[in-house]
Amino acid sequence: MNRQRSTFLITVLCFGYAFLYIPIIMVMIYSFNDSRIVSVWGGFSFRWYLALLDNRQIIEAALLSLRIAFISATIATILGTLAGLALTRMGRFRGRILFTGMIVAPLVMPEVITGLSLLLLFVSLQDFIGWPGQRGATTIMIGHITFSMAYVAVIVQSRLMSMDQSLEEAAMDLGGRPFRVTIDITLPIIAPAMLSGWLLAFTLSLDDLVIASFVSGPGASTLPMWIYSKIRLGVTPDINALATIIITIVSIGVVIACWLMLRQEKQRQQDAQLAYKNNL
Amino acid sequence: MNSNLHQQRIMDILWRRFVIVAPYLWLFIFFLAPFAIIFKISFADPIVAQPPFTPLFNFSVQADKWFYFTLDNYRFLLEDNLYWISYLKSFKIAFISTCLCLLIGYPMAYAIARASPVWRNVLLFLIILPFWTSFLLRVYAWMGILSTHGVINNLLISIGFIDQPLKLLYTDFAVYVGIVYSYLPFMILPLFANLVKLDFDLNEAAADLGATPLVIFRDITLPLSMPGIIAGSLLVFIPALGEFVIPALLGGLDTLMIGRTLYDEFFSNRDWPLSSAVATVLLLILVLPMMIFQHHQINETDYQE
Amino acid sequence: MVEETSDQSTEKPAWQDPAAKPFIQIENVSKDFNGFIAVNKVSLDIYQGELFSILGASGCGKTTLLRILAGFERPTTGRILIDGMDMTNIPPYERPINMMFQSYAVFPHMTVEKNVAYGLKKEGIAKEQIQTRVAEMLELVQMTEFAKRKPHQLSGGQLQRVALARALVKKPKVLLLDEPLAALDKKLREHTQFELMNIQDQIGVTFVVVTHDQDEAMILSSRIVVMHKGELIQCGTPKEIYEYPINRYVADFFGTINLFEGNVSRVDDKTMEVECKEISTTVKALSSDTTRVNDQLTIAVRPEKISISKEAPEGEDLSILKGIVWDLGYYGKLSIYKVRTETGKVIQVSAQNRIRSAERVLEWDEEVYLSWDIQSSVVLTE
Repeated sequence: MNRQRSTFLITVLCFGYAFLYIPIIMVMIYSFNDSRIVSVWGGFSFRWYLALLDNRQIIEAALLSLRIAFISATIATILGTLAGLALTRMGRFRGRILFTGMIVAPLVMPEVITGLSLLLLFVSLQDFIGWPGQRGATTIMIGHITFSMAYVAVIVQSRLMSMDQSLEEAAMDLGGRPFRVTIDITLPIIAPAMLSGWLLAFTLSLDDLVIASFVSGPGASTLPMWIYSKIRLGVTPDINALATIIITIVSIGVVIACWLMLRQEKQRQQDAQLAYKNNL
Repeated sequence: MNSNLHQQRIMDILWRRFVIVAPYLWLFIFFLAPFAIIFKISFADPIVAQPPFTPLFNFSVQADKWFYFTLDNYRFLLEDNLYWISYLKSFKIAFISTCLCLLIGYPMAYAIARASPVWRNVLLFLIILPFWTSFLLRVYAWMGILSTHGVINNLLISIGFIDQPLKLLYTDFAVYVGIVYSYLPFMILPLFANLVKLDFDLNEAAADLGATPLVIFRDITLPLSMPGIIAGSLLVFIPALGEFVIPALLGGLDTLMIGRTLYDEFFSNRDWPLSSAVATVLLLILVLPMMIFQHHQINETDYQE
Repeated sequence: MVEETSDQSTEKPAWQDPAAKPFIQIENVSKDFNGFIAVNKVSLDIYQGELFSILGASGCGKTTLLRILAGFERPTTGRILIDGMDMTNIPPYERPINMMFQSYAVFPHMTVEKNVAYGLKKEGIAKEQIQTRVAEMLELVQMTEFAKRKPHQLSGGQLQRVALARALVKKPKVLLLDEPLAALDKKLREHTQFELMNIQDQIGVTFVVVTHDQDEAMILSSRIVVMHKGELIQCGTPKEIYEYPINRYVADFFGTINLFEGNVSRVDDKTMEVECKEISTTVKALSSDTTRVNDQLTIAVRPEKISISKEAPEGEDLSILKGIVWDLGYYGKLSIYKVRTETGKVIQVSAQNRIRSAERVLEWDEEVYLSWDIQSSVVLTE
């Protein structure tokens, strides 16, 4: 019975992972296809990668996306960390339920609604106070900060909840003022969570199409917007190459980040064991 | 000395205020307030102007016309079948996709939770990895597989299973595949987090009391993993209901999902008041599941505390 | 040894009756977890109605042995028989055995009542009958008023009762208890110990308890088996194991004991004298048939068997030595003395405080005599 069950589970796992990974692998394989017709294999070649390098539009769009992602991830991490602190360390305050609602809702809010509502906000603000003027990178950043700070807040919040609160109490007992305790004790401990929050916010921003399409103005075209305008009409070989590059870079980045974190954790465990043994 | 202490106390209070107010204010302005504006504009008339809608308050005209609002947009939503069909179809596609995610995701999450710790980390990592890579490009990957001369059709023709390529891309089927594929990690992660916490002693206790493995699953594991099922299902269902990219890229002309209808209404027809009305109704539909989700999240955090 | 047990009951206990049939037979059972041998060739007979304890430090294999009995682990070799039937390959849900888990494993999504009824439902028993039996069982563990509560509304002691009721309601032939008292605080533990014994007495089910707490095992059990590194070391009544440990491990595990190594200097058919260099004393002990002059052995003496006095005691069968009080501690009903001999060895002695007095009879650095009877010298040959 037990063996039957584990065979079933292993089969499900194999199919599940195949489902998740085969499409990506297919794109990667076809990115080396020499043929212009995407589905016919015309031999191995790097020509689509070379074509990408010549395309000024892609490079400009990519640079814009990276700039937006970097700035919005940084601000989202700051605001999200503050929100996480407010939810876990500030006790009860007026409007707390509304606050948690505003943290949780962006996680599931359909992007079309967020995008439309932000655009209408910018248009109205323009009417009333003459800001933000030309829509573009700034408005996209504001949109990205708004939904990615919710992700950061949730990550930081869960780390703060599992953290030993007596550390902060000890610091306060030793005379640390709330602000100093946060800077000296809390932030160093939750730094890994903030880093993963930043990385997530960064990739979410790089990835976003819908919100950017709504709040962007003429002339500001992010990488996803450019990709979308090309692929809505069908498969093109240079997008295969671009997809391969993006997915490879992100995967390597994530693997390295995870590996570093894992190694740090292992090192700490080993040190702790060694210290314990030496004590005996 | 004393004034110094006083100053410090004021700093403490300011710091506390800042921690709460800064994110609060940001979300209030850029997340909550815009909904009020959507709501307001959904009562306006479209005009050819910049911005392309009539103001709700207009103080430059006679006093009796300062306040102007119309229900035309909502009337139009009710009368035109397009919107009804879009809402219903979105609901149907989101619901079925959620069920499919649950059917595939539950055994996977269960298997990962029961794996040895080393394997568990690797398997979990492989679930999270696609989540980090571009959503748009992962949807795009399916276009190459499902298209008329795509991988599946080529394969089926080459083994002689079919003569003519099947129409797979630009159908509802492709949309289901795309949604399940994109949202599967959102189902697996909360389920895993729940299942891994379950005390295996409970299963053994049930076995000891005479329950066979299938009965144990029905009596113990399934009811105890209900919070994970609810969280995962809502995490799939809510965004899927308003999904735009997947139906736009993989769906056919008749795959009318509300997110796509709204997008087209806005960008192609430039009817801002009508798209605001569409968005308002979509929000009203989503309020209930979102409240369940939030209630659930708060319960979960309270439980952890 | 026979005399020792006869005062507890007039009948001969089952394990001394050669005609009695053992109820649980563990035959040569081993369990190998990928090269780690958790249980090594254990054979054991347990009789009907016993309250049998498996005792050992953590990692000694006692829990694995219990899980093999329950059917959660399959033994690598050997077999398990219950009431003469081979149970080795029967899954847990078909065994006439129930278990009380260390974590209690009370189903968190069911009320107390539903938890207790669960096992009966799986047997397909009629509803009315389930209700009466659940009610009876809740009455027995005094949980009737909490029948509708959910587990998170109960205390640790109450959860333990639910777990017990849930296991007993199925009228198992054997109840297995994994560290039944470990999760309770000290006061509750003492209370529950006696309650467990009462319940066992009332329903007469065979209990097999796994514990790491020797006091718990001593109080509860009819018999105890001591395990170490997967092997069975000694099996006997609590008194046998306490008074006649077979080696240093068992002697040490059950409370404090003073150990003296030495050589046999004189033997006759009943007694012997052992020359112990580390206390430069000749210790008297009872001899056995196999004892020979010059045998190397260890003498073990329990602290409470040693008398402490200011004057030298006299007596033919006494072993006597001199020392000074090195440390002393007052523990209410008894005092513990640590006495240092001239050779530097520290011996622990405990004496009951029978006289109420603010003054201590013995003080630090005072010269004292220690003595014990020939019967109190336990001979360890290993």
